[in-house]
Amino acid sequence: MNELLRLSAVQLASLIRTGEVRAKEALDAVFQEIDEKEESLHCYVTIDREGAYAQASALQEKIDRKKEAGPLAGVPIAVKDNICTQGLRTTCSSKILEHFIPPYTAEAVLRLRQAGGILIGKANMDEFAMGSTTETSYFGATHNPYDLGRVPGGSSGGSAAAVAAGESFAALGSDTGGSIRQPASFCGVVGMKPTYGTVSRYGLVAYGSSLDQIGPLTKNVEDCAVLLEAISSYDRKDSTSVARTDTDFPAALLEGLHGMRIGIPRDYFGEGLDPEVASAVREAADVLKAQGASLEEFDLSLVDYAIPAYYTIASAEASSNLERFDGVKYGYRARDCEDLHQMYKKTRTEGFGPEVKRRILLGTFVLSSGYYDAYYLKALRVKALIKRAFNQAFSRFDCILGPVAPSTAPLLGESLADPLKMYLGDIYTIAANLAGLPAISVPCGKDSKGLPIGFQLTADCFQEKKLLRAAYQYEKATACACGGEAFRKGGAL
Amino acid sequence: MREYETVIGLEVHVELATKTKIFCGCSTAFGGAPNTQTCPVCTGMPGSLPVLNRQVVEYALAVGLATNCQVNQYCRFDRKNYFYPDNPQNYQISQLYLPICHDGFVEIDTSQGTKKVGIHEIHMEEDAGKLIHDEWEDCSLVDYNRSGVPLIEIVSDPDMRNAEEVIAYLEKLRLLIQYLGASDCKLQEGSMRADVNLSVRVAGTEGLGTRTEMKNLNSFKAIARAIDGERARQIELLEEGKGVVQQTRRWDDNKEYSYAMRSKEDARDYRYFPEPDLVCVHISDEWIERVRKAQPEFRDQKKRRYREEYGIPDYDIEMLTGSKHLADLFEATVALGSPPKKVSNWLMVETMRLLKEKEMDVEEIRFEPKHLAALIEMVQKGKINSSVAKEVFAEMFERDVDPCAYVEEKGLGANGDEEELEGLLKSVLAKNPQSVEDYRNGKKKAYGFLVGQVMKATAGKADPGTVNRLLGKLL
Repeated sequence: MNELLRLSAVQLASLIRTGEVRAKEALDAVFQEIDEKEESLHCYVTIDREGAYAQASALQEKIDRKKEAGPLAGVPIAVKDNICTQGLRTTCSSKILEHFIPPYTAEAVLRLRQAGGILIGKANMDEFAMGSTTETSYFGATHNPYDLGRVPGGSSGGSAAAVAAGESFAALGSDTGGSIRQPASFCGVVGMKPTYGTVSRYGLVAYGSSLDQIGPLTKNVEDCAVLLEAISSYDRKDSTSVARTDTDFPAALLEGLHGMRIGIPRDYFGEGLDPEVASAVREAADVLKAQGASLEEFDLSLVDYAIPAYYTIASAEASSNLERFDGVKYGYRARDCEDLHQMYKKTRTEGFGPEVKRRILLGTFVLSSGYYDAYYLKALRVKALIKRAFNQAFSRFDCILGPVAPSTAPLLGESLADPLKMYLGDIYTIAANLAGLPAISVPCGKDSKGLPIGFQLTADCFQEKKLLRAAYQYEKATACACGGEAFRKGGAL
Repeated sequence: MREYETVIGLEVHVELATKTKIFCGCSTAFGGAPNTQTCPVCTGMPGSLPVLNRQVVEYALAVGLATNCQVNQYCRFDRKNYFYPDNPQNYQISQLYLPICHDGFVEIDTSQGTKKVGIHEIHMEEDAGKLIHDEWEDCSLVDYNRSGVPLIEIVSDPDMRNAEEVIAYLEKLRLLIQYLGASDCKLQEGSMRADVNLSVRVAGTEGLGTRTEMKNLNSFKAIARAIDGERARQIELLEEGKGVVQQTRRWDDNKEYSYAMRSKEDARDYRYFPEPDLVCVHISDEWIERVRKAQPEFRDQKKRRYREEYGIPDYDIEMLTGSKHLADLFEATVALGSPPKKVSNWLMVETMRLLKEKEMDVEEIRFEPKHLAALIEMVQKGKINSSVAKEVFAEMFERDVDPCAYVEEKGLGANGDEEELEGLLKSVLAKNPQSVEDYRNGKKKAYGFLVGQVMKATAGKADPGTVNRLLGKLL
């Protein structure tokens, strides 16, 4: 393995900026890794070597002329395939967009480029981000780098696996109900869902518009802070974008944990949680305590209502968001149709996979006249109550600590057979989306099968710095940090 | 036959006169080459997001205040979901749950006196694109230039009872909105569209009958015919003991008959829900006050002022204020120093004649006030006579030419130089001693002959007034 791959994104960028490493060398290393592993892992839908080298040489020229290069100068980065890139196909891992080439680039990707990041390819995902395993991808599943027989989690599974396996230095994912944090946990990398409105959604193909948020997947917490700073922006093209002045996230890494109050919801440690995961998370809590944080258990309440509320709201929005895929303007169009309605039906029947259809049906049902109040409105009320419960919790705590997922990565094929069980796997992550809160998944060891475990920290809106502070102190304190390069030693490759 | 009463409510769509679309920066200009005024947002590209055009709220608010509406100071957009290719996202961003304005009214004047028509609500929404069916190639094409053009929908209460009231209501709305500058409200071009909800009931009864909704009404005349036609159709059904079916019907103005498009049973379920990509619109007290203060002088106020300020006849006032465009033209010309009655005459006689002749709308008048003022001045100063003035005016009307330059260029100027004209007169008199003699002997006909000779000699350009004066002096 090329030694460069052991570096973090921040370390690599600093060497590229000083000229000790050339941008092309980093790309060579990553593409070599991709050549070796991609056949087994399948992290990418599209790899853009040509574009990446062109970007790298433009950047190198800048550096050679002693011009300012950004904090991610020359860092190869994978972008989830539901984030639009002009001229580079963006499929959402769906047949219906198999050949779709966007006419514009998402704001978050423009920001990454401005920071010097090099886009190397589009990461595999669950079709339209609907799934928790990356198995619903039309292009085939991504495999977990720690056990090829297992899933990497999802929906940002390609992004997480690529970072874990050295097929990229960092990645962007999107998180609607845990789609960044859960695969980060399954693949032993750091993943953050920022506060709703922090990263522009312009160019992110919508799943659940009121819940979606783009975020980083990285080798360690420092990379996470730097990437997050790079992609955070107030964007007038996104009406839900928030103008923030506190996006100097790396500053949070300098502070210790003294005085930090951490709440641990008892509700998160009940039935259904794998004991090995439970003990790893509790150990992580103890590490934070040893670093100066105070711990207290409490009852968050309403945890059981989060899943039905989430699937109602997300599916309702998805059923509407996905209406535009109809074969008229772009994407797949079924052949041999007799009339308009047949074209709509055949195109969508052939173009969407079963999980997407399931959610479109569910969402269409809950919005139907006569059911709207009973389902959609009630779900919105639950959402408001959950937000209130968190507000109460954050009047007492800086962060809430818990597991990311009830178990470590399941076997391939296991989840698709039982979608309800798969939905229940989102129990710890969806509340942050419903309440718009930031949350981070941090690796905290492995189970007896050698599979990574993550713990999750959630903070109040706009308190990403608290999350980064705690996560960074944890990572520093644990020699066995999964975030750096440890993942590859235990990896299957 | 029993006596029936007609109950009518209107849904009026008005295209707002913003420069850019409601949710993106694309131009709203009419008539561009297909799909040249589009972007990822108004073509429904994956990942694109809407951003509300503030001017749309401003116009909707202005119309709401002018129609005495209450304002929802926290209003919101909703998605109306339905599949059709002219609608790129397959949902329309509209307002259902919290429309911007509600519970207003306008007063209309009819032959029965004034009457209030209630405004149920006004909401903002986006227009769809345009489908073009190519029979030759047997395919359908779609132009998204109109997709995302801002609309307001004004929903009235079922307060109207006949076509006259409906037309008066529409005229009232049209004028209010034109005066606000919020839209040009052209029925023919579709910038104002009215759907008529109509039911009948036995006169004197209270409850509402089953209604139908009629679409495709492209002129006031078509609306009046459709109302009479639909009223007759419904009464006939009831008289035959059959019921009226709640349905949407399409009016065919050539056949003067409406055809059922869809009935309540196959009504679409639009699955409305709050648009998650847009935030709540907060309309502050200050904003409302600012818009209220900026409201223009509406027709009724204008009429009063014209009477006091310009002293022109009521008939003129009625005509001039019937169009904001005409009233503006009138005021601007008068402001340049032309006598009000002269301006009014040009606008009401020659302008109307040419409009009728060319089948044009008042809004299409293009000549500038300064040109009309210049023309009036030339006539007053005797630089051209009135028949030349009409000819020049026709040119002005057609191509907005500068009348002074045009007269100069074409050599139409009256021989304004009195000395020159006098000399010419003298030679005419010298050549026609018999006529001079006859005139002096009391033969009035001879005078006309002499004037004719003068006009002939000047190729019709001499000002008749000046000719009369000079001729009188010389004779």
